[in-house]
Formats: sequence, C-alpha cells, structure tokens
Amino acid sequence: MSEPRPPRVRVTGPPRRRHAPTARTGDIDEQTALGSVYLDSLLREQLALALRVLAVLALTVGSLPLLFHLAPGLAGVRLLGLPLAWVLLGGLVHPWLLLLGWRYVRRAERNERDFVLLLQMDSDMDTET
Amino acid sequence: MQGVPGLVALVAVSLATLAIGSYGLRLSRTTSDFYVASRSVRPGLNASAIGGEYLSAASFLGVAALVLTSGAQMLWYPVGWTAGYLVLLVLVAAPLRRSGAYTLPDFAEARLDSRRVRALCSVLVVAIGWLYLLPQFQGAGLTLAAAVGAPAWVGAVVVGLVVVVGVGGGGMRSVTLVQAFQYWLKLTALLLPAVVLLVVWRGDGAPGVGAVGDGWSMPLGAGERGLYTTYSLVLATFLGTMGLPHVVVRFYTNPDGRAARRTTLVVLGLLGAFYLLPPVYAVLGRAYGAAPDDTLVLELPRLVVDGPLGDVLTGLVTAGAFAAFLSTSSGLALAVTGVLAQDVLTGRSAGGLSGVAAFRVGASVAVAVPLAAAVLAPDLSVARAVGLAFAVAASTFCPLLLLGIWWRGLTGHGAVAGLVVGGLGSAAGVVWAVADGTEGGWTDTLLAQPAAWSVPLAFATMLGVSRVTRHRVPVHTRRFMVRLHTPEVVPLDRG
Repeated sequence: MSEPRPPRVRVTGPPRRRHAPTARTGDIDEQTALGSVYLDSLLREQLALALRVLAVLALTVGSLPLLFHLAPGLAGVRLLGLPLAWVLLGGLVHPWLLLLGWRYVRRAERNERDFVLLLQMDSDMDTET
Repeated sequence: MQGVPGLVALVAVSLATLAIGSYGLRLSRTTSDFYVASRSVRPGLNASAIGGEYLSAASFLGVAALVLTSGAQMLWYPVGWTAGYLVLLVLVAAPLRRSGAYTLPDFAEARLDSRRVRALCSVLVVAIGWLYLLPQFQGAGLTLAAAVGAPAWVGAVVVGLVVVVGVGGGGMRSVTLVQAFQYWLKLTALLLPAVVLLVVWRGDGAPGVGAVGDGWSMPLGAGERGLYTTYSLVLATFLGTMGLPHVVVRFYTNPDGRAARRTTLVVLGLLGAFYLLPPVYAVLGRAYGAAPDDTLVLELPRLVVDGPLGDVLTGLVTAGAFAAFLSTSSGLALAVTGVLAQDVLTGRSAGGLSGVAAFRVGASVAVAVPLAAAVLAPDLSVARAVGLAFAVAASTFCPLLLLGIWWRGLTGHGAVAGLVVGGLGSAAGVVWAVADGTEGGWTDTLLAQPAAWSVPLAFATMLGVSRVTRHRVPVHTRRFMVRLHTPEVVPLDRG
C-alpha cells in the first residue's frame, strides 16, 4: 500500500509506417546521396533555365550596340515614321523584357512543382513497401 | 505667381507622405514590422512599392534631360534599369528570399559563416547607399530652386527631414505604403502632362519630328570608345540592380520565394510602363527648343502650354519629382539604417540600444551624412553619382550574390578578395569622377565607365581565391544551398 505509484505510461502499438509522408525531405536535409541527386537536379534545371533566358536577352537586347556599331546605316532606318533605335529602345524593349520574365516565372514554377511531385511520389513508394 | 504651383505640389506631397506614413505607423508595432513589414506584403502592393522606391530623380528628371542632350544612346539607362530586374528575377529573386536573411550582410554571413565578410558587406552597403543618397538630396535642391526659387540647400533639408520622420517613425510597414502610393503618383505625374502635351503638339502641327536624323537616333557613341562605354553601361545597369541595398532589402518583405518572383515580374511591367514616358519629354523638348538640363521635365509644360493649364501641369510634374526624391531616399535610408542599427548600434557592443531605438538613431545618421555632403559639396554631377553607385554594386554584390547562390565552392576568403578588388576598381571610377579628370583618352573612358573591366575582375578574383582556399568551404554550404533553392511547400528544416 505504501509503495509509490508508478508513473503513467502511454501504451501504443508499433509504428504503422516507417516513414512520414515527407520522408525524402529528410534525405535532402541529411545530405544523403539521394538527397544530393534530387537537389542537384533542381539546381541544374533552374540554372539552365536562367542562363537560357539571359542568353536570349544578350542575343536580342544585348547585341543592339554591336549591331548599330557595325552597321551605322541602321540609325537612318525608320519604322512607323520613327527611327529604328527609338522604336526598339524607347518602346518595344519593355514588353519584350516583360515577356521574357513571364515565361521565366512560368517555367521556374513548373520546375519546382515537378520537384515537389518527385519527392511525394518517392515517399509514397516508400510507405507502400 | 511663378512659384505657386511648385509650392502647392511640394506641400501636398510632403503632407500626403507623412499622412500615409503615420497611418502605417498605427499598424507598426513590432521590431519585425519596422524591418520587414513582418514579411507579409502581397506582390501587387510590394511591386508598387519597389517601383516607387526604384524610380529616383535620375529616372524622373535625369533620363529625359540626358536623352534630349545626347539622343538615343542615353535610352540605355532606362533599358538597363529595367533589364536589371529581369536579371535579378532569373538569378536572385527566389533564392534570396528563401535565404531568410534581411540585409546583404546577413546573407553574406549566413552563406559564408564569416564575420569578416559581413563587416565588409556592411561597409559596402553604407558606401553605396550614401553614394546614391547624395544625388537624391542634390536633385531635391535643384528642383526646389527651379520650382520656387529657394536656395539649393532648402530642398535637400526638406527631403532629409521628411525621410527621417517617415523611416524613423514607421519603419518598413509605413514605408511600403508610402512608396506604393508614390509609384502611382510618379506615373500619373508624368503620364497626364505627357498626354496633354502630345495633344497640344499635334494641334501645333506636330513640329520637329523630321529633324530626328543625325546622331540623335544612334543608340551608341561614335567609334570603339562609344561601343565600350555603351557596353560598360549595359553591364553596370543589368548587373548592378541586384546589388543595390535598397532593392535587396525589399525582397525580404515577400511572404515566400514564389511571391518574390511574381513581385519582380510585376515590377518589370511597372517600370516598363513608366520608362515609355521620359523619351516623350525629350522629343517634345527638342521640338520646342527646351534648354537641355535636368529641369527639362519641370520646364516643358509651361513652354508648350500657356496659362492655368500650364501651371497645373507644372505643379503635377513638380509633385512627381518630389515624390521621386522622397521615395528613393526613404528606401536607401531604410537600407543603410538597417545595417547601421544591426551592426553598429545594437547588441554586440556594450551599451547597445534596443531594437526600435537603434532603428531611429540609425535613420538619423543614415540621412545626416549624405545630407551634409550634399549641402557642403553641391557640385558633383547627379547622373554620374547614380551611374557609379550601379558600377560599384555590379562589381561587388553582384558576384557575391551570383556565386553565393549558384556555386558551392565559394569561400569566405574568395568573397573578401573579390569584394575588395571589385570595390577598389570601381571606386577608382568614383574618385576619377569626383576629381573630374578629363583627359579624353582611353584611360578616361575606362575609368569613367569601370564596370566592363571591374565586374569580370571581381568574378575572376572571387573564383580564383575560392579555388585556392577550397579546404575552407563552410561545412554547412550544402544545407544552405538546399534552403535557397527548395520551394517552401517542401517541409525542410529551415533553421
């Protein structure tokens, strides 16, 4: 009777699932080989996308000074009654930059969605086995 | 009578700014509110605020005057200032937000685990911020002198005071509202007069367009040096935007990386819309024979339209110009304040101030120094100082951000070496400009536009020294990179 009562213990069954649904993020956090592969693929994909956009920017807008330097006659060309340089640099370049940015955002978000799907798919497979 | 519209505009803009600022102050309660508006600003509002902060006196007054003076080659300024946001969008926006740091020094320390890099970055933020603030205060002095005939220091002091009250009083939450308002004010103040002036111009028989034939429609200067200067300018503006302290601080107010991207995209649209207008003023200024100096935008309405309509339009552009000084100075002062308050005034040293108090003292110091410089040395060229701020940013923070975000091999030593080399190289250009060296040869060209050589040099140094010290790569690098690039929906340990 005088014995102290043992502390209460919660009794539970064995864990049903060995991994939480987001197990693969553990791989990324803990820097396993698999986590590295996942991250590297996302990083490569996003960097390649960024470089593609920048290449287009360099080839279109960035090449204009060289183009006008090599062919000074372009300064006299008129588009809609205005000199070409004014139409390009004063007007068209702005919607063009916006278009490049818009396409970039769509692709970058798609890359991230694919990445998230990949992680989920993988952890689903884990929980089934 | 001459000064009345300008005076009315000045008072109205200052009052509106303080009113919106104090409204924001009612919403600002915590230190987090002060620094990052508690990271909860939506893309539309945030983009307006970024646009409002970014469109400085150089954009509102300077571009039109430069284009009128030198023609299409000066269109590269607005193009570069917009394209800089595209480069920022694709390389920096989302990872920078995900880094979870507030200022550039925060980012550098978190990424490289080095107090030395942090200290160096703090110095650079303050230097670039002050270099950029100086012409804002000078421009304010010029504008007020042109609008109401006040002595030049009055405008600088008025802007300085409103900025200290706005920033020190309400912090980021209130500055965000003020700047969003000021973007739309600036757009309206340039758009409405432009439309009226164009209608009047058509009524006058559309004079002056036929004359656009000579070097005025050539998008770069003559010869190899013209080509170099243009490409150096392109490089400085395309890459410098991401390294401007007031631009970077804004990204931490986005809720997440995805919002940071969307915000930047909206900014691209807002800037593009605005930059369509200054060339219109330049062309009209040429048609009506306006004087080619920084007051072109302010003088043009009266030159084209007589009577009360001219006065109203003058008041409108004056209001816009004043909003430009206020918003850009607020943003810069806020960025410099953040660094001063965090690194100099709080915590680590004994007797440090508490969060909000440090913020207020920091704001006063951040404004007082460039204000004193602007009042004491009012002769430094406005456009050149802004251009050099871009060159310094492109030669220092751009390599740090790009290599820090995309390359695992960056070390603290590499970063320090690159920052020093890029900073000194571009600072040589600053000194050259202050000393007003005019030699006229290649040396002059290379120093006047240092970005084309100082940016590659900084990158090469950072890469080279990092390779040599590769055993010093911080151990947590991979973990940090994971945080930078993984979307927020993935539940990671984000430290």
